Amino acid sequence: MPEDYLPILAMVVVVIGFAAAALVVSAITGPRKPNPAKLSPYESGMPPFGSARRRISIRYYLTAVLFILFDIEIVFFYPWAVLFRQLGLFGLIEMAIFVAILLVGYVYVWRKGGFDWD
Amino acid sequence: MTLEPWLITVIEALIKVLVVIVVLLTGFAYLTLVERYVVAKIQSRVGPNRVGAAGGIAWLQPIADAVKMIMKEDFWPAQADKVTYTLAPGIAVATALLAWAVIPLNPAITVFGYTINFYIADVNVALLFLLAVGSLGIYGIVLGGWGSNNKYSMLGALRSTAQMISYEISLGLALVGVLMISGSLSLVKIVEQQSFWWFVFFQPVGFVIYFIAAVAEVNRLPFDLPEAETELVAGYQTEYSSLKFALFYMAEYINMITVSAIASTMFLGGYQGPFGILPGAHWLILKILFFIFVMMWMRGTLPRFRYDQLMRFGWKVLLPLALANIFVTAVVLVLIGK
Amino acid sequence: MEIIVFYLFAAIAVIAALGVVGLRNPVYAALCLAVVFVSFAGLYVLLSAPFIAVAQVMIYAGAILILFVFVIMLLSPPVDQGEGALKWQKPLALGFVGALAVQLVLVLALAVLPSARGSLTPEVIAQRGDVQVVGAALFSDYLLPFEMTSLLLLVAIVGVIVLAKKR
Repeated sequence: MPEDYLPILAMVVVVIGFAAAALVVSAITGPRKPNPAKLSPYESGMPPFGSARRRISIRYYLTAVLFILFDIEIVFFYPWAVLFRQLGLFGLIEMAIFVAILLVGYVYVWRKGGFDWD
Repeated sequence: MTLEPWLITVIEALIKVLVVIVVLLTGFAYLTLVERYVVAKIQSRVGPNRVGAAGGIAWLQPIADAVKMIMKEDFWPAQADKVTYTLAPGIAVATALLAWAVIPLNPAITVFGYTINFYIADVNVALLFLLAVGSLGIYGIVLGGWGSNNKYSMLGALRSTAQMISYEISLGLALVGVLMISGSLSLVKIVEQQSFWWFVFFQPVGFVIYFIAAVAEVNRLPFDLPEAETELVAGYQTEYSSLKFALFYMAEYINMITVSAIASTMFLGGYQGPFGILPGAHWLILKILFFIFVMMWMRGTLPRFRYDQLMRFGWKVLLPLALANIFVTAVVLVLIGK
Repeated sequence: MEIIVFYLFAAIAVIAALGVVGLRNPVYAALCLAVVFVSFAGLYVLLSAPFIAVAQVMIYAGAILILFVFVIMLLSPPVDQGEGALKWQKPLALGFVGALAVQLVLVLALAVLPSARGSLTPEVIAQRGDVQVVGAALFSDYLLPFEMTSLLLLVAIVGVIVLAKKR
């Protein structure tokens, strides 16, 4: 069975090689005339001020955590869906309980405004 | 001299991989041209009509663009983090190409007793592989924004990541309905099951959710906030030039082709014709072109979402809809006793 | 053949893991951790567990590490110059590493490796399908842990809202 994945490994090697080759070609072709204005960060022509690495909104963090939780749900959903015809009604009840518990959290986030970005 | 079996597998795979990459890159180059014509027609303009023009179509335009990209200066902004700034476009394009490892392109044919399969790998977890590769693609954008160390790039990368992870949930859940019918994660088996009835007939809601989420995944209008030319000047790509910029662009178009191919494979029968008519790669290509045309059409006609609307739509509309779709499918399958 | 691929992934994993520990820039460290996860996925495929492999990439490399990167960006810490480190950190870390190494050696030396194979051999998995085998176990024998996971996720959801929405 692992040998089924050999072509994928071959493809991984090829695409990494392609990306690396493109980056090398990019670095050796073309002119090279840097000057301070060209190398400064683009800010619509204004003189740049401050650093771009400032602290970001906590909402991104919130979204990322919620994504992890629902991503785990998806990973459970896939084997369940594949086996669903064998599991039948029993499978439906199993997953209904699982999702019902998660939905409590989902409603809680909704009520607390966790999905609002204004 | 006899070759070991695994070596034959690898050589066969390498040939297929090279063919797929060449086809995808050519497809990408000419899609940029098609997009310019489609948008031009929508806006009553002419579109490119100079480079190698014949019959009103500039056939050599993509080649001219490619040469121009290669000859442009490739520079590292002074404030950028050199390593991540350089790696980011490479990661983006590598993950975009990798998705094609599991997509079946044509029914198997037998030549001189040797069966040729028109896919690179038929694995049992193909669909999850696609999701996994897609989630790795996010690194290209995050690192591009962080590595550029530019305020527009940073904002674009953050917005893009938050948007992609939000819609990835609906995308993943929209496909669950198909899996419940097919009972397999292998795209090859899923396509074979659709030789007569396409799954879109059983999963219309899942199909619509998938397509909307897919458009958001590839950052196309009306979900193109990460790039929003008018406010973020191309977002995470702002500081990029030369082939590095071209690689990001390439990744974006290849992702468009990929999500269209997945939509075709999961819902419209992939290379299968309608009601079993003449199966073959031409159907897959037609279906991909159809989806891409719809995306271009949307670009030409729809205004952009506001960011709070975008996030609200993903989490409060698409996600519950996708869950409801799964449960309706489950209940129906239990009731009809399959 | 499998041995070559095993050593390839193992070597990448070890080198990237050293990078996670050794690199001072937190973003580089996170990136190395992603490489570690992906090479682990390769090792799982070699063990006939591709479902675990893709789940590993999806959840660890695709979701949890994205959160790490967000946290790094959220805090934008200056690159560690090695001076601000707590004095007791290094001896403590070395102590733990030593204890882990001893434990590893002891386990390997004393463990009674099962001579009989279980019922889920690679041949069985190849025939029934890896996702099907995982699913069948998960939704019958391990039903209670599966349902408990949802409670765990619920606690996490509530926790993050309480932390993030505190005014």
